[in-house]
Amino acid sequence: MLRTDQLHIDWPLMVGLLTLSFISLFVLYSAGGEDLGMVFRQVLRIIMAFAVMIAVAQVAPSSLMRWSPYLFIGGMILLLAVWGVGVIGKGAQRWLNLGLFQFQPAEIMKLAVPMTLAWLFTKHPLPPDLKVLGLAALLLGFPIILVLKQPDLGTALMIAASGLVVIFLAGMRWRLIGLLTLAAAAIAPLIWSHLHAYQQKRITTLFDPWADPLGSGYHTIQSTIAVGSGGIFGKGWLNGSQSQLEFIPERSTDFIFAVFSEEFGLIGVSILLAVYVFVVVRGIYIAYCAKDTYARLLAGGFALTFFFYIFVNIGMVSGVLPIVGVPLPLISYGGTSMVTLMAAFGILMSIHTHRKLLSH
Amino acid sequence: MSQIRIKDYADEARIFYARLFILSIVILILVCLLLGRIIYLQVMNYDHYVTLSQKNRISVLPIIPVRGLILDRSGAVLAQNFLAYTLEIVPDQAENVPDLLRELGKLVQLTPKDLKRFTRLRKDRKGFESLPLRHRLSEVEAARFAVNRHRLRGADLRARLQRHYPMGSLGVHLVGYVGRISDSDLKRIDKAAYRGMNYLGKLGVEASYEDILRGRAGYEQIETNAHGRRVRLLDRRKPRAGKNLYLSVDARLQAVAEQALGTRRGAVVAMDPKTGGVLTFVSTPTYDPNLFVNGIDEASYSLLRESPDKPLINRALAGQYAPGSTIKVFLGLAALEFGRKASKRTFCPGYFTLRHSRHRYRCWRKSGHGSVDLRRAIVESCDVYFYDLAAELGINKVYDFLTGMGFGRYTGIDLDGEKRGLIPSPEWKRRIHNQPWYPGETVITGIGQGFTLVTPLQLAHSLSFIANRGFGMQPRVVYAIEDRANKVIELLKPVPSDLNPVKNKQHYDVVIKAMTDVVHGPSGTGRRIGYNAKYKIAGKTGTSQVIGIKQNEVYKEKNVAERHRDHALFVAFAPVEDPQIAIAVIVENGGHGGSAAAPIARKVMDYYLYKVLPQKALGVTPFVAPPEDKVKKRQLGRG
Repeated sequence: MLRTDQLHIDWPLMVGLLTLSFISLFVLYSAGGEDLGMVFRQVLRIIMAFAVMIAVAQVAPSSLMRWSPYLFIGGMILLLAVWGVGVIGKGAQRWLNLGLFQFQPAEIMKLAVPMTLAWLFTKHPLPPDLKVLGLAALLLGFPIILVLKQPDLGTALMIAASGLVVIFLAGMRWRLIGLLTLAAAAIAPLIWSHLHAYQQKRITTLFDPWADPLGSGYHTIQSTIAVGSGGIFGKGWLNGSQSQLEFIPERSTDFIFAVFSEEFGLIGVSILLAVYVFVVVRGIYIAYCAKDTYARLLAGGFALTFFFYIFVNIGMVSGVLPIVGVPLPLISYGGTSMVTLMAAFGILMSIHTHRKLLSH
Repeated sequence: MSQIRIKDYADEARIFYARLFILSIVILILVCLLLGRIIYLQVMNYDHYVTLSQKNRISVLPIIPVRGLILDRSGAVLAQNFLAYTLEIVPDQAENVPDLLRELGKLVQLTPKDLKRFTRLRKDRKGFESLPLRHRLSEVEAARFAVNRHRLRGADLRARLQRHYPMGSLGVHLVGYVGRISDSDLKRIDKAAYRGMNYLGKLGVEASYEDILRGRAGYEQIETNAHGRRVRLLDRRKPRAGKNLYLSVDARLQAVAEQALGTRRGAVVAMDPKTGGVLTFVSTPTYDPNLFVNGIDEASYSLLRESPDKPLINRALAGQYAPGSTIKVFLGLAALEFGRKASKRTFCPGYFTLRHSRHRYRCWRKSGHGSVDLRRAIVESCDVYFYDLAAELGINKVYDFLTGMGFGRYTGIDLDGEKRGLIPSPEWKRRIHNQPWYPGETVITGIGQGFTLVTPLQLAHSLSFIANRGFGMQPRVVYAIEDRANKVIELLKPVPSDLNPVKNKQHYDVVIKAMTDVVHGPSGTGRRIGYNAKYKIAGKTGTSQVIGIKQNEVYKEKNVAERHRDHALFVAFAPVEDPQIAIAVIVENGGHGGSAAAPIARKVMDYYLYKVLPQKALGVTPFVAPPEDKVKKRQLGRG
């Protein structure tokens, strides 16, 4: 008999993730227009993602740390390949067609960047000095620039968040943080001018969505209407008029939270947030319990990045953040992002369950 | 001088825990922020967003009610609706409007008039509105368009109920017409009542009974998806069709009267004196109301508007004329009422002078009538008698009596646009002209000249007081309202006029006797219509001066331009013993009342009383009388 602790599963985390997956299936059935085929495909993805998670959990953190730089280099090569194909094809390119299946290399970087940064900081005394920070900035900057070129603002933002969190946790000095914040504020107009017109519009729209209710303001207006009209108790499962009548765009992917809150109301939203917070807190707890720097930084980084995804997505759907393509983690319909996310949870489990073995 | 730092694990852990703690606090704050935002949307602004989501998905489409029919007293249709295909264009949806028009021109016939009207509409209306291009497409044209519709973006066929007046110009001044709702209409109407509607009554019965004819729009509340496509029906209220109106007017009698007037300008108003029901209501020239339904084109309109014959004027309702000698019957009554004996004689030497004045007021008979009493004064229309009478009564008594007979005031007919006419008084002259009243003005008031103005409708209405020997009814053109939904016909109760200036009923008999002799007596001015009549007619001729004649000038019809000839008037009722029709006829520039106006009245009365048709009968359908028990009596006041 195989004992569960030999499977390296962290049960509290597992329960949280399973709960989210179940919620996902229910909401998808409604958001997808009661398409059972869609739900079935999501079930397959969830099974695959959990399998990946459990597989990753078997790998000891020490091995992960060793592989971190290679994962990063591999990811960079793939990103450059995508960029190259894009240049030749003269168009936006995110996917790499590997013949059998399509693959989005940017997803690897969501894992590779925090892992490589944690690896870097473990190799050097902390708080990091300027040389190490410069190196970290390069490791973070290159993939972000390549992903931005695709252009995929959402993924770039998520990679940036995961990297910055690790840098912050590593103990970057406050004075430096303050200086960089000032510098960022100074070059913000420059960045603004380099954004695509549609990206600029997404941000300006946030302040006055009704200026262009059928154009750039449409997403924000319709999703806030959906959320607001849900009320305390919601309109009921399969009864959200905003979602069922297709007023909400991308209702099964990026805007699935609008469907959820319209149909389940404040009560449903509170439960969902509670489950999310439980998962995040468990992640933080794992980081707290971790025994070495690499595990700590990585666990903390993943737990907080996970929260960042949630915050950006809900903030965007409820109209307080600009619209960027960030899915609601584990609820939105979609393959690659779920697999990467579950791999990250696999790493968290690995960190937590290999802890006892390490202490021997 | 690089400094070699050694990893201090305890210190690293301490820093990490501090940072982790800070980020946990940040997470806590952000979770509260999100929750706050959700509560703000779902709890505090719930009503607002529910309303918005309802508005999003529910659209209300009006269902246009069928407009009520207008029928004559026997059920002949004067105004109806038919389903017509209209070709409409939404300019915003078309890629290129001129190209589209060119393409459409190959499929359906587009006249320059159509294009002109469309260009004008396009200027006035908004680009997303559906604008009619061609009305009344033939089946072939509609089919040809339908086949090619896929490549004609922005153009579409609409089946719409369209108003049609099957009798064309017949009774246009009575029936009126509907027209497109204009910008000025929009300012006065209740927009909610007209949702989805394009037409409203502009004139005549169509305008005066607009609220009854229009009906009430229904609606369909449908759920639509984000693409505007219909998902399902949520609620439906059936439209309530407009009610049908039965006019007291007889279409055939109307045709008889119009044909009798022919190409002359004038008016004929006949009513049943006992009920006030208007039997015929003619103003000539007429025009085709169908021109106005879809918006008249500029050329046709200016032709109507600028015609010297002024066909757009409703002469029967709003034409104000000097009553001429027709006023004499009323003044005769006044004389009796104020105590002058019918037998009292006045000598007519062919002219009348006021004391202390050398001005001669001429009688139409230059040689004079000699000694005349009231009867002969009416029969032969002696002017001198009535000059003298008016001078004796004085203007105030004349004013009081004529006003009491319904002149100078609204008759209360159920049509909009009635004119009041004018009975002058010293007070009026001071107010309007700021001049004193001269005795000579009283004198000419006696023969219906000077300031006095009456409408043909007023003449017929006031005459019915005499015909009824003491009471009169308010004129009415609509006598029944049919509710198709309940299959109920309401008969409108006649409304009496609250006027009755004559105390002694016998005075009527004196005047009626004289009026009978006007037509049937050997010296009556209207005798040419009386000699072969099977029934007794009481009438009075009149001639209304258009231009003034100088003191020593002689009026000769031949010398005067047609436009300046006198208007011919005739008022009558028949049969004398039991009057069933009271009629007033005016022929503009027709000359003498006895020769120009009286024969028209005779034709109308002949047809009404004995169904004698001067011309071939019109093809109108017979009216099936409603079952008695379905008839509900109700009095309808004027809105």
